[in-house]
Amino acid sequence: MKKMIILLAALTLLLTSCKPAGSPNGGGNAEPGSVNVFNWGEYMDENLNEMFTQQTGIEVNYNTYPNNEVLYSTLVGGGSSYDVIIPSDYMISRMIDEDLIQQLDFGNIPNFENIDPDLKNPAYDPENLYSVPYAWGTVGIIYDKTRVSAPVDSWSALFDKQYSGQILMFDNSRDAFGIALKLLGYSFNTTDEGKLREAFNLLLEQKPLVQAHVMDQIFDKMENGEAILAPYYAGDALTMMDANENLAFAFPKEGTNVFVDAFCIPKGAANKAAAEAYINFMCSYEPGLSNIDVTGYSTPLLDVYESLDEEIKNDGISYPTDMSGFETFTNLPEWTLSLYNELWIELFK
Amino acid sequence: MRRGLLRALKTRPGRLLAAPYIVWMALFTVIPLLLVVWFSFTTPEGGFSFDNFSQLLGYGAYFGRSFWLAALSTVICLVIGYPLAYAMSRETGAMRNTAMLLLMLPMWINMLLRTYAWMSILENRGLLNQLLSFLRLPTLHIINTPAAVAVGMVYNYLPFMVLPILTVIQKIDKSVVEAAQDLGGNQLTVFKRVVLPLSLPGVLSGITMVFVPGVSTFIISQTLGGGNSKMLGELIEMQFLGGTYNPYLGSAISLVMMVIVLISMAVMNRFGEGEEEVMVL
Repeated sequence: MKKMIILLAALTLLLTSCKPAGSPNGGGNAEPGSVNVFNWGEYMDENLNEMFTQQTGIEVNYNTYPNNEVLYSTLVGGGSSYDVIIPSDYMISRMIDEDLIQQLDFGNIPNFENIDPDLKNPAYDPENLYSVPYAWGTVGIIYDKTRVSAPVDSWSALFDKQYSGQILMFDNSRDAFGIALKLLGYSFNTTDEGKLREAFNLLLEQKPLVQAHVMDQIFDKMENGEAILAPYYAGDALTMMDANENLAFAFPKEGTNVFVDAFCIPKGAANKAAAEAYINFMCSYEPGLSNIDVTGYSTPLLDVYESLDEEIKNDGISYPTDMSGFETFTNLPEWTLSLYNELWIELFK
Repeated sequence: MRRGLLRALKTRPGRLLAAPYIVWMALFTVIPLLLVVWFSFTTPEGGFSFDNFSQLLGYGAYFGRSFWLAALSTVICLVIGYPLAYAMSRETGAMRNTAMLLLMLPMWINMLLRTYAWMSILENRGLLNQLLSFLRLPTLHIINTPAAVAVGMVYNYLPFMVLPILTVIQKIDKSVVEAAQDLGGNQLTVFKRVVLPLSLPGVLSGITMVFVPGVSTFIISQTLGGGNSKMLGELIEMQFLGGTYNPYLGSAISLVMMVIVLISMAVMNRFGEGEEEVMVL
């Protein structure tokens, strides 16, 4: 009995302590004429994959991941063979640094011309050799306009004692520290330990005011009026505002994060030409339009943007007019990432 | 070699039958476990080191919180679960089947969904508080506190406490109980001196089945705890899927947690056996 219980304990522990990380194996056998695509969950009109197969005869094996870190650990962990991935800006620069992705043959991607010139040669890929933008978006504050004492225009609202217990905060270190850094007037990409510790102290002061540190649950909690203020992505804020008319969205005056998710091809992709054909297809007008429709984020494709309703173009949320204070995340050196991790763990002691 | 194998096949059919299970265990339990041990003693640079473990010294608060909450939930599960199992064992027919069905029914629903449902029940503007304010009672602030995590754990793990106890009580020989009654024991004495000691193995496996997943849970604490008082499971998840990819530290945390759990289980089993002997004597 005793042995059995211990065995049982070990088994249960093992079973419950490992979360299945999507564990995609990428279809593996990439015979010519197929392309293995690895994208964020719910981040594409998946009917387009069939359309691509009809047009080109190339089969699409489609898998999804929940965030950049899972994508990264899948690639680093090996055993997968993807041809197309869609990481975000900072992850792209990390993957370039670590030699995980390869240069693209832009001759096979003529639709790259259709990309907004402002999004070409970005900080994360300065010579634009590795990536083709897929979608972009921004972070701002979503808030209940009937329950705030003044219109929100600054990150300081998330640190305001009068909203104690009504504030939601991002539950990942990079985004949370980013907000504190911006409020202090620093760059998202600082590697100055002193500045990061200042940001940490600010977050420590903020912690008792925060109702919950969450990510996706921000949808539910804001739509139900459970909280008054939360940072979130502009595209999703529009969805929440449709569900609850008391909600409003603002870009903080200190500046905020603009992110770009872009197509890349991992090193060792079995079918590079098919991957480039796929990327090119996704950058054409109709796929671009239906993808933006599904994801709610902003399009980098000029012809898709031109065809949008004036209302969307001018709402100041999906396509903000003044983006001077906006900054992308770039990759941080290993020791800075460790410091983030260390301080984040310290914060929740 | 071949003859040896043939002989083994003839003389030990049992081993052959166990082969699929042994292969399964080796592939999915033993090898991963060895990998966890390997990773815990390595650094990202690849060398052997105790660095991961010395880092853990600073994480006492996480360990304390996880073990305390898991222990609390286990005790609550036991306090609710034992009487329930005992009552169910005394019922027969339709009544017991219905009770069993009600106990198992929630488990047919995805755990994530059940936990999410608890979030909408316990929220400040959730169902519970709507009901309370409708009845003009003071509302409760439970969501995003350790109490909410405990509620979630008790709800999710209660069947794992009830079922092993029920199974063991059902198997108790009726004649033993009758003998005790014949010898003049009243109901309380019979329960205290006969049923309770004989049901201890069920209690022990119930405790194990609740405590172990409780210590390592992260979905429940993430959803109901609001990420404010993080537990070990969340800490481990962060090392694998968070901003820093550090499977070395993550493995070290898992290993230490596993060792503490095994030690506490071993201590408890010894204590349990001693108890049983004393009571039987």
